Amino acid sequence: MREVAVIGVGMIRFGRYDKSVWELARDAILEALQDAGVEFKKVEALYSGNMYRTNLSGQQILQQIGLTGIPVVNVVNACATGSTAVREAYLAVAMGLHDIVVAVGSEQMGKMGLLGADAARREESVEGILGSGLMPAIFSTAGVEHMRKYGTTIEQFAKVSVKNHKYGYYNPRSQYRVLLSLEDVLNSRMISYPNTLYMCCPTGDGAAAVVLAPMSRAREFTSKPVKIAASVLTTDPYTDRVFALPDPNTMTRNAAKLAYEQAGVGPEDLDLVELHDCFATAEILHYENLGLCPEGEGGRLIDEGETEIDGRIPVNISGGLLSLGHPIGATGVSKICECVWQLRGEAQTPDRQVPDCKVALAHTIGLASGGACTIHILVR
Amino acid sequence: MTEAGTTAGEAKKVRPIVPYLKLPEKEGEEAVLVGVRCKACGKAFLGERLVCPACTAINQFEPVTFSRTGELYAYTIVHQSAPGIPVPYISAIIDLPEGVSVRANIVDVEPRPENLKFGMKVEMVTRKVREDSEGNDVIAFFFRPVEG
Repeated sequence: MREVAVIGVGMIRFGRYDKSVWELARDAILEALQDAGVEFKKVEALYSGNMYRTNLSGQQILQQIGLTGIPVVNVVNACATGSTAVREAYLAVAMGLHDIVVAVGSEQMGKMGLLGADAARREESVEGILGSGLMPAIFSTAGVEHMRKYGTTIEQFAKVSVKNHKYGYYNPRSQYRVLLSLEDVLNSRMISYPNTLYMCCPTGDGAAAVVLAPMSRAREFTSKPVKIAASVLTTDPYTDRVFALPDPNTMTRNAAKLAYEQAGVGPEDLDLVELHDCFATAEILHYENLGLCPEGEGGRLIDEGETEIDGRIPVNISGGLLSLGHPIGATGVSKICECVWQLRGEAQTPDRQVPDCKVALAHTIGLASGGACTIHILVR
Repeated sequence: MTEAGTTAGEAKKVRPIVPYLKLPEKEGEEAVLVGVRCKACGKAFLGERLVCPACTAINQFEPVTFSRTGELYAYTIVHQSAPGIPVPYISAIIDLPEGVSVRANIVDVEPRPENLKFGMKVEMVTRKVREDSEGNDVIAFFFRPVEG
């Protein structure tokens, strides 16, 4: 396997756009190509993640940036769609199949509202009768499970939202740039106990792209290549309640173990973690799943400010899904873009530049009736 | 002879909302959740399967009828859902003593956290939730706290 470098990154601000989703993807790719100093004619393959417009998504994007006839792999893996596309691109370069490749994630959700709500209205649906299988309920129940095991409080979960919105406020690419107090978060309307409105990520439109190359050629393009030290994909293994309560924990733990082994680092070596905070409850679970703190101490970690930018292990300094936004296919790629900017010292405003950032971890999960988890560890 | 799924004296048919809910077929029977247990690894599942998702053993299942009482493992109280779904309601994970967990609504209690104790005993009840397009009553299962 060859060492693989990220040589260019690009991302549009997440939000709501009148442009087509393929134009959004184009804009992200053009920024990434410019960042890498590569023209599209040099790109040997495209890996495209899009969840709602799966079929031929990459080919639609090629129509916007150049019909060069290159191979396209279209990827879908729930909320891990974009990061799975990055992993496919990584593998192609690592295995020597291609040198210069692009991975792009895109999504246009508009004002789609609650995910799965359309399916829930069908006559044969059991939604609301046999409990809830919608995303807020799944991650809220997982949060309540953590409350049961460790006494975690709703205030601790709410602090995650305060923190992530604070950093999102300083990020020009963030969908919701608003500073929130703990009271704002706790007093916003309840969506699914214990997650209130501000503890749930928004839907939106977005796109993000990365350009990868073998490390041996990276300095042809950039003075600041970032090495992909680990790229891991897992699914949810059998656990005892998995069919009743989808399990975001075990697949993340399995992926973290593999990623730390592959990169030859441990959680104590990380300078930044961008993890999948689709709901505030999820971030606390993943503190423990990623080994950032001992079992049951996720609540303490947020209480003591250890995941703030000046804490022991800064988490979601992009603003996270809660503030940056979560246009599904784009999310996993955007986390890798953020890690690259932080590793290069190029976070767009000084208020959110992690000092001396050398090792960063990007984590994404997709979960519904089945799950996918990716972890990438990036090193400068 | 009465048709399956029909109780004596009623012309109207009833059908379960999911295949793993078995409705009473004669007087004195109760609705139960049914499934299979893998003889290779011992894990139990709601409904029928060919291959065990826990250990991959093929077709080594025996049928199981699950208890109507279990314990509350975890829950959420849903305040916002798809249009047309009444809120708030309790979406819960119930552990049954045969080693399977099931997701269901908890009913007959105000949906507030203080009314829900981890490990509390709950029992299954069935209720009509709608009529299907052929006019059959669709029956679903719920759990409610056991008194005392």
